[in-house]
Amino acid sequence: MAENNRAVLKLKEKFAASIIDVVEFRGEVTVTVAKSAIIEVLSFLKHSLTYNLLTDLTAVDYLGKKEERFMMVYQLYSIPNKDRLRIKTPVAETDCIIPTATTVWKTANWLEREVFDLFGINFTGHPDLRRILMTDDWIGHPLRKDYPLQGPDREPYKGRLS
Amino acid sequence: MAATETMTLNMGPQHPSTHGVLRLILELDGEVIVKVTPHIGFLHRGIEKLSEYRTYHQILPLTDRLDYLAPMSNNLGYILAVEKLMAVEVPDRAETIRIIMAELTRLESHLVWIACHALDIGAMTVFIYAFRERETVMEIYELISGARMTSNFFRVGGLSQDVPDEFVKKVSDFIDVMPGYLDQYEGLLTTNPIWLKRTVGNGVISAEDAIDIGLTGPALRGSGVDWDLRRDNPYSGYEKYQFKVPTGENCDTFDRYKVRLIEMREACKIVRQALDRLKPGPVLADCPQVCYPPKENVYNSIEGLIHHFKIASEGFPAPEGEVYQGVEAPKGELGFYIVSDGGNKPERLRIRPPSFVNLQAIEQMSVGSMIADLVAVIGTLDIVLGEIDR
Repeated sequence: MAENNRAVLKLKEKFAASIIDVVEFRGEVTVTVAKSAIIEVLSFLKHSLTYNLLTDLTAVDYLGKKEERFMMVYQLYSIPNKDRLRIKTPVAETDCIIPTATTVWKTANWLEREVFDLFGINFTGHPDLRRILMTDDWIGHPLRKDYPLQGPDREPYKGRLS
Repeated sequence: MAATETMTLNMGPQHPSTHGVLRLILELDGEVIVKVTPHIGFLHRGIEKLSEYRTYHQILPLTDRLDYLAPMSNNLGYILAVEKLMAVEVPDRAETIRIIMAELTRLESHLVWIACHALDIGAMTVFIYAFRERETVMEIYELISGARMTSNFFRVGGLSQDVPDEFVKKVSDFIDVMPGYLDQYEGLLTTNPIWLKRTVGNGVISAEDAIDIGLTGPALRGSGVDWDLRRDNPYSGYEKYQFKVPTGENCDTFDRYKVRLIEMREACKIVRQALDRLKPGPVLADCPQVCYPPKENVYNSIEGLIHHFKIASEGFPAPEGEVYQGVEAPKGELGFYIVSDGGNKPERLRIRPPSFVNLQAIEQMSVGSMIADLVAVIGTLDIVLGEIDR
């Protein structure tokens, strides 16, 4: 169970005030923490609990579904212990900025550039924050829910005509 | 003495040894690389965005187009993520066939890797040989799915159809001869002085650096990290198979070459074990809310037809929640992260492509070496741009 997860126990002990939620679904543990503590939590997990591999870093857009629009998602893996942990942190649209995780893992560099490119979330302290998949002069952030699927200047797709 | 300046050189996106549309901006001091800036995104098709507008079954064909040299590995990763979300149990025969195909895919992908890697650094014979063997894998693909590359063969809950009778013989014949071919490649490369000069000591990255930058798969194992998802977090029944996980020692291109060659031999062994385990039985789970009905029901009964129509048009609602499934794809850890809001389409589908993360290491692995060594580094990272750009 999520309560007995080795990381959850330690996190609850150390960052009790910052933990928003702990969920277990299909055997996967997700811990939601406050944005202010995210780098401390990640670096604690890396250095004290051997979650040494940042498998993935991404964002989810909950436009109109949650109070804080974006959710940053960090998928951690511990090579010595062979287990996974997911850390999430909400990011509000009005304050669309979060400290960079490149200080903890170099992997975060391109992954954060991708989130910046496709979601428009800014990262403070990122060494090289440029668009990565779209061109430099692109306007808008394609993975946001209010960005049209067909692109900005085309008629929305209405299904097959025949 | 006059001051020296560095020179900026553009490499790609149309360059034969960048393996697709990869553009590198090189800063050079003579022929020595000072800085590498990769530019990617030329093949960006927005697969993650498209997925938010499709039902779970409709996303499957998109995954073929990620790493187009290993379509079935992508299919497998995605299908396992959906099955985890839906909590569907897959019949034994389907699981076994999936493993056979996943391992043949690993062979196929590694064959393209060895072919192109060798061609890039001057060994053309291997290229011709490896593509000959790859052709057999393609024929097996065609035999079971009708397509050579865009297989789209797996389904949520099992397979789209059972394999034809000649499948077992064809696979069995192939893995009987494959180790001999691998000996042939090794004969051409492992002791070849040119090959050794180009690969030994090239693209060195220590285990700590490799983990820090997120390398996975053979690239990480080449740096001596003994970690393989198939063994350490088994999925799709890999725990039933015996295989070795090779690791390198010197963290260089030559060790990664050796690791991949051993992986190919191990893949043959896994396929052999899977063929021995293969028993007749159903290939699709009995789970009508999620799975397509068998084809004979669709053609012969009105209920089957309605069922098929419903699954094809509406799909199925998934429970609210989020799952992440990582698989050991030929190039590293391929992960699918699905966020479901309870509807029939994912709220978000994130694909964690191994090549994207591995490519980040290119700068660290090539700065200070010659341009020609950069070509070897691109080859050893084994990137596919379809997966990087998505």
